[in-house]
Amino acid sequence: MHLTILIPAILNGLLTGAVYALIALGLTLVYGVLHIINFAHGAMLTAALFAAFFMHKLLGLDPYIAVFILSPAFFALGYALQRFVIGPAAHGSDSNILLVTLGLSVVIENAMLHFFRADTRTIDVPYGFSVVPVAGAYLSVPRLVGFGVAVLVAVLLWALLTRSDTGKAIRAVAKEKLGAELSGIDVSHIYAVTFGLGAACVAIAACLLIPTYYVNPHVGTGFVLVAFTIVVLGGMGSIPGALIGGLFVGVVESLCGLYLGESLGQIGIFLMFILVLLFRPSGLMGERA
Amino acid sequence: MPANPLLKVSGLHAGYGEVEILRGIDLEVGQGDIVAVLGSNGVGKSTLNLALSGIVKARQGTIEFDGHAIHRERPPAIVASGLIHVPEGRRIFPNMSVSDNLDLGSYRRAAKHRAQNRERVFAIFPRLRERATQRAGTLSGGEQQMLAIGRGLMAEPKLIILDEPSLGLSPLLVEEMFGMILRLNKEGLAVLLVEQNVVQSLDIVHRAYILEHGSIVMSGTPDELRSNADLKRAFLGL
Repeated sequence: MHLTILIPAILNGLLTGAVYALIALGLTLVYGVLHIINFAHGAMLTAALFAAFFMHKLLGLDPYIAVFILSPAFFALGYALQRFVIGPAAHGSDSNILLVTLGLSVVIENAMLHFFRADTRTIDVPYGFSVVPVAGAYLSVPRLVGFGVAVLVAVLLWALLTRSDTGKAIRAVAKEKLGAELSGIDVSHIYAVTFGLGAACVAIAACLLIPTYYVNPHVGTGFVLVAFTIVVLGGMGSIPGALIGGLFVGVVESLCGLYLGESLGQIGIFLMFILVLLFRPSGLMGERA
Repeated sequence: MPANPLLKVSGLHAGYGEVEILRGIDLEVGQGDIVAVLGSNGVGKSTLNLALSGIVKARQGTIEFDGHAIHRERPPAIVASGLIHVPEGRRIFPNMSVSDNLDLGSYRRAAKHRAQNRERVFAIFPRLRERATQRAGTLSGGEQQMLAIGRGLMAEPKLIILDEPSLGLSPLLVEEMFGMILRLNKEGLAVLLVEQNVVQSLDIVHRAYILEHGSIVMSGTPDELRSNADLKRAFLGL
């Protein structure tokens, strides 16, 4: 196939992949620390998309401004959910946490279905269809912004985890809970901070998506399925793995869409998922058990 | 017995679920003291330590530390008060560097003196300085034990609980470890040494308690305990 088609497809794949990576980042962080898959991640993304949608619709706030309100708000929401709902309901058992997040996702999605109906909605922003030429391809400006912000968030998250005391405490709790408790780390606080960071990631992703995407009560599920693939591909709990895995999955999806037709683009992701599970179950950057 | 003990445990009961492990423990550690709790596997030594650090809830009885009742406190508050527990099996953070492990020792307490305390730990354990940037999981067993104690020292403990520091070390390293614990105590640190290694522990402590089936069955100075016929038979194999 001609390069003038191939290069734009790869670049577009990278742009999509970065936002996938951002969603996967939240999922992998929570998995790495709490050792559970947060089934409410998709519902939280949907809620964040609706929040960004209504902030634009009702308050006239641009999503790129709303992100500065929504990311701290979702951090607080995630913190409170873990600290006051999931944590207490789990009674210290990981399988309970799993069920509680599953239950939460059902409640959140159906509440949105009830209040907002099943309609698919979009917002109009002046830059929604702007493009810039990059390496012979015309790339969408909002999706370029999405790429830049997603990579920036990944780098900031990495810096937080490796440089700050709170970040080090998160990594400590992930691997050695008793040792962390005996060092004076408040484990339930760290769990809640981690959950809050995961929620903040989806809030940022939502603000990056909404200018070029749509929202309905089930939109988050599709993203989280892809994000879960990325988490496994990159290595469960690995931040660099989520970033690289996300970009990779974006490109695979885009190329499969190119060769097999747009509607079959995601087949490549799941084929790759099966191959990874067969040949490298610990993921690209994951630690072997 | 110290007149104004730093740690005073009275009638402590604790356990897991239906099972009661500790059945009324009384124990005291004074300022600058070095005291051992001795007993074989499964008599409740680790449960005692976990109860002292608030991980396992006290069901009955009281724990006073530095003039305050701590038996209802959560672990972070107990660490903040200066009671530091270096657990059995080291429990270091294997995925993090040696210096990050040490930094987290001062997460709750003495964070302001972090750099200076790290230097002090490196002076006590020069091996840790050589390995400062290495992942802690790649250290040898002896080095991991040094790191666990070093992490505890980073919090400027008033009392340090050492749970089985000699476990899994070579005889030579055990000797070295006990010598180091004695030196720390000589510098003024109060130590509660919880050990199976009766003979070597009795060589360095002021007093010892013998724990059996969740109760203290004997206590006294090393000389008193060494001359006790029951203890000789049960622990010293004499």
